[in-house]
Amino acid sequence: MTVERDVASQVVELVARLAGPGPQAEVLVTRAELALTRFANSAIHQNVAETQVEVRLRVHVAGRTAAGSANVTTADGLRALVERVLAAARVGPLDPAWPGLTPATPMADSPQWDTATGYAGPDDRATLVRAFVDAAGGLTTAGYCRTALRATGFANSAGHAVQGYAAEAAMDGIARAGGADGVARQCVDRLADLDGAELGRRAAAKARAAADPVELAPGRYPVVLEPAAVADLLHNLAWYGFNGKRYAERQSFVEPGVAQFDRAVTLVDDPLAGIGLPFDLEGTPARALTLVDAGTTTAVVHDRRSAAEWGVESTGHAWIDSATAGPMPRNLRLVSSGTAGRAPATGGPARGPVAGGVDPLAGAVTDADTAALVSRMERGLLVSDLWYTRVLEPKSLVITGLTRNGVWLVEQGQVTRAVRDLRFTESYPRALGPGAVREVGRRAFRQPDRHDGAWWEAPSLRLAAWNFTGGASG
Amino acid sequence: MVEFEVAEAAVQAALDAGAQYADARVMRRRYESMAASNGDIDALTQDDSVGLGVRALVGSGWGFHAVPELSDRAARDAGRQAARTAVASGLVPGPPVELVPAAPVVASWSSPCEVDPLGVSLTTKGDLLVAATRTMVEHGADLAEGLYQIWDTTKWFVSSEGHRIDQHIRECGGGISATSIGDGETQRRSWPSYRGQYGTTGWELVDSLDLTGHAGRIAEESRALLTAPLCPTGETDLILGGEQLALQIHESVGHAIELDRILGWEAAFAGTSWLDLAQLGELRYGSELMNITIDPTIPGALGSFGYDDEGSPAVKRDAVRAGRWVGVLAGRDSGAVAGLDYGGSVRADGWARLPMVRMTNVGLEPGPHTLEEIIAATDNGVLMDINRSWSIDDKRLNFQFGCEIGWEIRNGRRGRMLRNPTYTGIGPQFWRSMDMLSSEIVPWGTPNCGKGQPGQVGHTGHPAAPARFRNVRVGVRA
Repeated sequence: MTVERDVASQVVELVARLAGPGPQAEVLVTRAELALTRFANSAIHQNVAETQVEVRLRVHVAGRTAAGSANVTTADGLRALVERVLAAARVGPLDPAWPGLTPATPMADSPQWDTATGYAGPDDRATLVRAFVDAAGGLTTAGYCRTALRATGFANSAGHAVQGYAAEAAMDGIARAGGADGVARQCVDRLADLDGAELGRRAAAKARAAADPVELAPGRYPVVLEPAAVADLLHNLAWYGFNGKRYAERQSFVEPGVAQFDRAVTLVDDPLAGIGLPFDLEGTPARALTLVDAGTTTAVVHDRRSAAEWGVESTGHAWIDSATAGPMPRNLRLVSSGTAGRAPATGGPARGPVAGGVDPLAGAVTDADTAALVSRMERGLLVSDLWYTRVLEPKSLVITGLTRNGVWLVEQGQVTRAVRDLRFTESYPRALGPGAVREVGRRAFRQPDRHDGAWWEAPSLRLAAWNFTGGASG
Repeated sequence: MVEFEVAEAAVQAALDAGAQYADARVMRRRYESMAASNGDIDALTQDDSVGLGVRALVGSGWGFHAVPELSDRAARDAGRQAARTAVASGLVPGPPVELVPAAPVVASWSSPCEVDPLGVSLTTKGDLLVAATRTMVEHGADLAEGLYQIWDTTKWFVSSEGHRIDQHIRECGGGISATSIGDGETQRRSWPSYRGQYGTTGWELVDSLDLTGHAGRIAEESRALLTAPLCPTGETDLILGGEQLALQIHESVGHAIELDRILGWEAAFAGTSWLDLAQLGELRYGSELMNITIDPTIPGALGSFGYDDEGSPAVKRDAVRAGRWVGVLAGRDSGAVAGLDYGGSVRADGWARLPMVRMTNVGLEPGPHTLEEIIAATDNGVLMDINRSWSIDDKRLNFQFGCEIGWEIRNGRRGRMLRNPTYTGIGPQFWRSMDMLSSEIVPWGTPNCGKGQPGQVGHTGHPAAPARFRNVRVGVRA
């Protein structure tokens, strides 16, 4: 099926028909089926589904550029869009940095997507929510299950025309025990690979282990960051560091060729690791791109505009706001270096035997990989998740934020106490800098982004220090 | 009008499919933005989107379905799908849903607008951004950015209770920022705030901002900040400018009084609230100077409307009166759960999004002072203004803000410029420490309030003026 590509080609032809051969035009047509089932207080309270259609046109005519979109795909609707964007381009300001169109480029077929995911119904999502809620063993739960399908066609007046698909499913939920929350998240290519019950059990175990927290004095502590917390690091590094526009503006810390990170850190933007769209908004093919190789920064990402400024090729990272916010990685993986090793075979938590029955902290660590990292931390904090992180200083990427969904004190490799949430103020590149990464876990987990199509994949990390600047009481 | 007929068809289809209540909104939104940097235009975008969103209640479950087509058949399909989704919600059921009673409204409303922002020529708008950004470069900025945004939204709302409301809301605004880049850090100054000031007004708002007139000054300030002394670390008296106080209100009051958060409906994402409904009417939120209203009737403020997206008319209410917490932002379902007799604060970001509790205009009533009087009355402190970063915990208690610029206050006078000013605190302690408040209220607009899953961007207003807070921790660093 190439319906969207065919519509895109029609619009390109329409531009030529209405304005002659002069204008350069590129068109992206997307049809999306997006649905999200949301639960709180252990019941589904918001349950939504939408069909979206968007035709996005960008034209460059007589040195001027304009873009616009519409969602009416009738002949009259498409004509109105073309006329509107052409009119805007003719009277808009000059655009001397216009980078030209993507030439016709061979492209691999889109990976096979799962129809059961793309066209999942509300019963399918509700069934997974039911499993999550039931597995929490009576704890109050909240979260969502979502499915997404995007069929996208691209065409431009340089003769480039492609069609692709993206599909994913994700679940993100918390369980709540006495004011403490535990979280479990997963992003997958197939809905059938989501295990609501396992996620619910994991969230509940962590919530129970997080109950009755004590307040800890702020300061610099060694940490084990779980994948959900590491996802926040990747997100901020992507937005503010490896963004080709910010790099060009000298607002990024990134210095290609320099060993800016610990040797244990390798970062790869890998949009084709999932069922992702095989091209970007400008039709540039998507591909895996190594941004940090064994600690040495190797690249930033570009759209055609930022690439032209540097005299390089686009890396396929154009998106709807890349002209203003800059191109950025959206499928960033922290590659395990395999240094964690020696994980307990049982996959159990890093706790010794406890006299007198069930260990209330046993659920703090829910996977063997993290358990291995915790077991080798003499004294520090185990952090599940980070929240509301915001940049204080972009060049050094100093960020403040809070812990969320579980923090525990670790002593002699054992989880000993749940701790109340802490505020931190930390330079992310510094925290991952040379000598700062003690261990990278073996097993990576894909964490969903707030927007479908983006995700962050990481194992747990053990860091030498993290700068906590405030406690729950201020 | 065909849009009402489409909405009615969707509502009827949902009722026919078993819904005991349904509503539908047809919305058309035209959006235009232009961004410039260093004297060149970076992006000009004009979007036009129209569609239908239907909400159905079956038993105790809600369902919502949205489609981009306005045919009768598509509307009926959407109504049936909304009901089907509501039935699926019953697989994990909650308590019975009731709605705060509302008399059916048949009405039409438009926001005030002197100069249609979409009618101003692109050349005029582009020339403004080019001139302002060039001026900033000429005055030393390494990166000079300008932006305007326009939203022109028409919506037609119908409910199974007899509502039939159409509204036309025009919003626009803009701003400029100058960034100077030093060795290992950057400094930014913005006017009138980062990404600008916004309102439910016409282009006259942008004209009133005099972007070009302020461009040179903020560029020079961004350059000067690179060598300014750091904001001191410790506890001191803190004077906040009105723009920063607007965001303080947004984060530590506005979100905290959202009833869906208080009820746990946002627990997994946006978070909950430190507020307990049992304390409504009793809890001391702040000092006696703290009077905060929920007021979607303010002409031209960004959170203004005639009716919310459940058809409730815009009504001014108290949220905090003389420091005491007395009101919440509610919808008809959340209001009923809380035993309240009002909703009125439910809105959706476009036709494809579920209406949910959102801030309207949440802000301070004027105090008795002026900024100059506050400075003159301060022996030792720091004045901070224009937000640079914001972070607050999931209960809306523990916050840390960074501002673009600070000034030392010594013996009642404004002294040296300070760089990287930050402050941190706990919401109610902070508000209880407010001992001076200016009368110089400005209804600041925040066009980027994120909430909900799928994500929604809300437009909110926050009347605010400069104020003083005692013994605040400032100068937090990495």
